[in-house]
Amino acid sequence: MSNLAWIFVSTLLVNNFTLVMFLGLCSFFGVTAKVETAWRLGLANTFVLILTALSAWVLNTFVLARTPFLRTIAFIVVIASVVQILEMALKKYIPVLFRQLGIYLPLITTNCAILGLALFQTSRSYTLVEGLVFALGAGFGLTLALSLMASIRERIELTDVPAVARRMGLVLVIASCLSMAFMGFAGMGSAE
Amino acid sequence: MTAVPVAAPVSAPPSSAPALVPGAPPPATVFADVWRGIGRENPVLVQFLGMCPTMAVTNVLANGLAMGIATTFVLVGSGLFVSLFRKYIAHEVRITSYILIIATFVTLADMLLAATFPDISKALGPFIPLIVANCLLLGRAEAFAAKVPVHRAVADGFGMGMGFTLSLCLLSTIREVLGKGSILGHDLFGPRFEPWVFMMMPPGGFLTLGIALLGLAWVMELKKRRALVTA
Repeated sequence: MSNLAWIFVSTLLVNNFTLVMFLGLCSFFGVTAKVETAWRLGLANTFVLILTALSAWVLNTFVLARTPFLRTIAFIVVIASVVQILEMALKKYIPVLFRQLGIYLPLITTNCAILGLALFQTSRSYTLVEGLVFALGAGFGLTLALSLMASIRERIELTDVPAVARRMGLVLVIASCLSMAFMGFAGMGSAE
Repeated sequence: MTAVPVAAPVSAPPSSAPALVPGAPPPATVFADVWRGIGRENPVLVQFLGMCPTMAVTNVLANGLAMGIATTFVLVGSGLFVSLFRKYIAHEVRITSYILIIATFVTLADMLLAATFPDISKALGPFIPLIVANCLLLGRAEAFAAKVPVHRAVADGFGMGMGFTLSLCLLSTIREVLGKGSILGHDLFGPRFEPWVFMMMPPGGFLTLGIALLGLAWVMELKKRRALVTA
């Protein structure tokens, strides 16, 4: 049990997917202008991550054991299909949530955090339960990083920043500070 | 910067005459196609595409260079095939088809790298398979390769790849020199150099690119002002 708790805390803070492992940076820089959308995207990602962990485990156990060279292709196709099916299911059964997520849902397919999760899960040979906890930690970690960044950027909107720093430069320096803060958690121990 | 390219409102499948493809890029020479990726539309420094590998692997020059070359290989290969099959891929399944083409070339690149440079392949780890999720590849396939003849798609893939490689080399050189005091593993400053370990860690990646972008914006600003003065 403590192992599961450790996997969760480690992916949430010590090895935060976005700020320490550099996964999912596109959404980290692209959709963190508002806290509201950042928060929602994070939760949508968490959901897809959990589904991915499940499908990656099924693929690894039943299909890819004999054909490891098909791993990349199989994972990306399955992820794309999962996102597509999720989109259709939400549209049919929970249209409110579907409208709120809007364009962010299909965007998740090209989020490298999703594929990264499947690959890391494979290379660390997690069991099904471990994989699901790993996905939960990664998803909450993403949500945390996205909302932190969005909160800071909302503040920056109201401040007097030099014209040169108006664009991505300043955002990257802030990301560096956030990442530095998360390095502090490294004292809790390493990943493995 | 967005993860998915803004799809041009294409309603009909691409017609046979390339000039009639809606949203097709304007005609240009092959040289211009190559040069655009390196300069004005540089994927990292201007378009902010493919940020994850840009940050994650640029701690030493060898890794950045390998990543750049692998990405160039995939860009050229997928550009070639997407452009070859552009008249046969139905509009509804195009994104999936592009992803499959890209994933095939990524698998090839992964195996080639593992066979030739096992050390670098191990250091890059899952980031080589993660090229599939690099938005730059899907972006170029959708916005460019699917709408132009083969030679232009290849030229564009090569140019974008070179632009990507050069940016990665720039960042990883800065980080390796400051963080390890070496370049491609060769010691630069001798034993008395105290390495700035911060640059090798994740925050260093964000900081290096941030400062590079701030510097670029500053140079652009100066240029604009000078142009205003002379005008």
